[in-house]
Amino acid sequence: MLKDRNLSYNLKCVNYSKLIKGNAKKIAFRFFSTKKVNFHRSSGEKKRIIQPENKAKTKNHGSDLAKNKISTKHKWLLILSGSVIGLLNGFFGGGGGMICVPILQKVLSLDAKKAHATAIAVIFPLSLISAFIYVINGFISSFPLLTVGLGVVAGGVIGAYALKFLPPKIIQLIFALIMLGGGIKLIL
Amino acid sequence: MNIYLSIFVNFLVGIVGGVFGGLGMGGGTLLIPLLSIVLGYEQKLCQGINLVSFLVMASISLLIHYKHGFLELRGTFYIIISGLIFSSLGAVMAGLLPSKILRICFGVFLCILAFFQLFKLFKKHKD
Repeated sequence: MLKDRNLSYNLKCVNYSKLIKGNAKKIAFRFFSTKKVNFHRSSGEKKRIIQPENKAKTKNHGSDLAKNKISTKHKWLLILSGSVIGLLNGFFGGGGGMICVPILQKVLSLDAKKAHATAIAVIFPLSLISAFIYVINGFISSFPLLTVGLGVVAGGVIGAYALKFLPPKIIQLIFALIMLGGGIKLIL
Repeated sequence: MNIYLSIFVNFLVGIVGGVFGGLGMGGGTLLIPLLSIVLGYEQKLCQGINLVSFLVMASISLLIHYKHGFLELRGTFYIIISGLIFSSLGAVMAGLLPSKILRICFGVFLCILAFFQLFKLFKKHKD
């Protein structure tokens, strides 16, 4: 009897994993809803009820499952965010990365460092195609490009080294204030 | 302006923009207003310069990130595909608009980004 019970318990476990595989979408959603920001709720979607059986497992394997399978909902979310990033990056010639990093952190649940690195990989092809269009349209002239470009590369190296020595919060504050000032100056 | 002086000033502005880029905080969002305000270049030229210099910087940093294994390309395919379509659309749109209006639009965009950044900073402080 006891053996039987064990067996059935084991079988339950096996079924359980199947169940989870079938319900990956729900579990992924559940994983998301525990996060701070919820795209789903803001889009007016009703919160789905997840069965209590799944809930327990989600705690252990939720993140793994969410990483292994990208549900259709996430695909659409990614496509939507891609179009926003692309439009802004093409239209303003930059700034896509600043939107891309938080999106990667929330939708694909990457940590900050990976999100920053991956954001560059995402923005790169987008910038390539818009730079191509800018060149075709004849917006870019060679003298300012070369002089400023060299400075940017030199500055980039300095910045990458300086990252170790400067407290990030103060830099972020300075950065935000400069952006605000620059933005107001551009509008006026 | 003297050509050597202008080379020097351009280089200096590039360094300032590049430092922030190297710090990982969207150097482009700073380089464009710097170029536009300090050097007085046309908005479209600033954006073009930023795009190209980003490509150079990004290819270097991508290599480094790839070596460290920070790249998580799973799922980014969808972002890139839709992004490619819309970024070309955006670039064409930028071409159609006059630089003056583009400049104002960019200013508004910057202000919104700055507010978000400040909001995030103060929220973190509270925690």
